[in-house]
Amino acid sequence: MPTIVVEVMPKAELLDPQGKAVAGVLGRLGKSRFTSVRLGKRFELTIDGPVDEAVLAEVRELADSVLSNAVIEDVVGIHVVGADSTVGASA
Amino acid sequence: MRIGVVTFPGSLDDRDAQRAIRIAGAEPVALWHGEHDLRGVDAIVLPGGFSYGDYLRAGAIASLSPIMAEVIDAANSGMPVLGICNGFQMLTEAHLLEGGLIRNDHGSFICRDQQLRVENTDTVWTSGFTAGQEITIPLKNGEGGFIASAETLAELEGEGRVVVRYVGLNPNGSLNDIAGISNARGNVVGLMPHPEHAVEAGFGPDTASAMRSGTDGLTFFTSAIERMLATA
Repeated sequence: MPTIVVEVMPKAELLDPQGKAVAGVLGRLGKSRFTSVRLGKRFELTIDGPVDEAVLAEVRELADSVLSNAVIEDVVGIHVVGADSTVGASA
Repeated sequence: MRIGVVTFPGSLDDRDAQRAIRIAGAEPVALWHGEHDLRGVDAIVLPGGFSYGDYLRAGAIASLSPIMAEVIDAANSGMPVLGICNGFQMLTEAHLLEGGLIRNDHGSFICRDQQLRVENTDTVWTSGFTAGQEITIPLKNGEGGFIASAETLAELEGEGRVVVRYVGLNPNGSLNDIAGISNARGNVVGLMPHPEHAVEAGFGPDTASAMRSGTDGLTFFTSAIERMLATA
């Protein structure tokens, strides 16, 4: 069953309070080599059948219109994992 | 005068909004997110809460609810629409208002009586205030940081579409201390603070004269009612 992975991150120029909180706890654990943490989302869309260009086009459209909000987020990756894919990764 | 309040799964302040509408002198009408029916209302309030548990993004799933198709059509044809807190988030997700709301810059939920300055008294929902009037109504959110691109921000400021601005402390990192904005036409207003929680003495914010006596929020509702009666 092929799965299409969509990755969404808060815009780089925006403050990411969640990532900042995680970075804070890493600091308290003594892991001071990590200077920053940013936290985003990973969506896994499973499809019954092969992933062709039409499916990927639909996912790209959904990634922009539903899965992310362009005012506050960027879609940073769309790729296919699992069997039956007829096309390669794209972003 | 009938004002609809849409209830979504996870709405919290729908009953409070209905109560505010009643106190302001109109008839509140309960609307349901899953229907395509505005029940002939004259105006709409999208209430606060955590629709769909803020899953995906705050307000995002609610903005795709069945009834939002009718709300968007009505807003675009001039019907007064007020989005409070989660309702403001829905309005941005539905592209009825520009910008977006992100997690508070300090990372914490905040609940306080918030001082605001009313900067635009031309909107349907703020016409009863005087320009520059300072008011106090409750604020309670975790994702109230208003952001927009530099161009959008310049447009909002240039067109006077910042309706209310935080005074004193900026509680969530909102750009330009923006607490609420309107569309160009002035019929759609969204704000993070909660006017519906400051409509009845005894249940509002503290004021200099007495505890919990603040009713500054009532004017949002009476403004819309008076404007609609004047144009009816």
